[in-house]
Amino acid sequence: MMRVLYFAWVRQKVGLGQEEVSPPPAVRDVAGLVAWLSERSPGHAAAFANARTIRAAVNQDFATPDHPVAAGDEIAFFPPVTGG
Amino acid sequence: MTTPTIRVQEAAFDLGAESALLTAGREDVGGLASFVGLCRADDGLAALVLEHYPGMTERAIARIAAEACARWPLTGCTVIHRVGRIPPGGPIVLVLTASSHRAAALESCAFLIDWLKTRAPFWKREEFADGASRWVEAKAADDAAAARWSAEADTGPTTGPTTGPTTGPGPAA
Repeated sequence: MMRVLYFAWVRQKVGLGQEEVSPPPAVRDVAGLVAWLSERSPGHAAAFANARTIRAAVNQDFATPDHPVAAGDEIAFFPPVTGG
Repeated sequence: MTTPTIRVQEAAFDLGAESALLTAGREDVGGLASFVGLCRADDGLAALVLEHYPGMTERAIARIAAEACARWPLTGCTVIHRVGRIPPGGPIVLVLTASSHRAAALESCAFLIDWLKTRAPFWKREEFADGASRWVEAKAADDAAAARWSAEADTGPTTGPTTGPTTGPGPAA
């Protein structure tokens, strides 16, 4: 089980703030998770349609597409940050 | 080393009160630098609404502040970032740095706001008087401003392999 969080317009497109998911063992990294999540609903597909516009964090640290993911991780997807 | 004060809150902050906390009872502070980010009323803006990632936000700001304290000899450092709805004219973010000398205070203050804008998980949504709403897009100029602090020194332990020195956090896929 992984906990997936969505923020800003990614959250709006997915239609959820967070969800618990259990991807197959073939999903080993952030890029793999994005591909798998994209199949879950039209909202997910829309959110991840242009993955280069989305940033990720694994266990609350920014993560690149090749960053590993595993059961128990907290993975977040969001647009580039705009605070300050 | 200085322990930074970090707060993420809905309430407004008081620059004078926060400044006093960094100087009260001390005689080693030679300069206090501050940056206050305010909500501009661009294009009929009615309010900014700030969303963040609770937990990661505090971690990210703590890392950025720790980096500032490692790079400059600070006697004090305060970062306060608001979330929720902020009307035009309202304060959004406060960065305060204190040091024995002005250069450290001024430079670290600029560093902190540059990195906060590109490395802390906040997102701004603009609400307009006519009911329209749109997410603010990240600016390349902000990445460039943040990158100038990376060219001078190795980014060290606070920026893992996940954040490139010139582009900030990379794409998810």
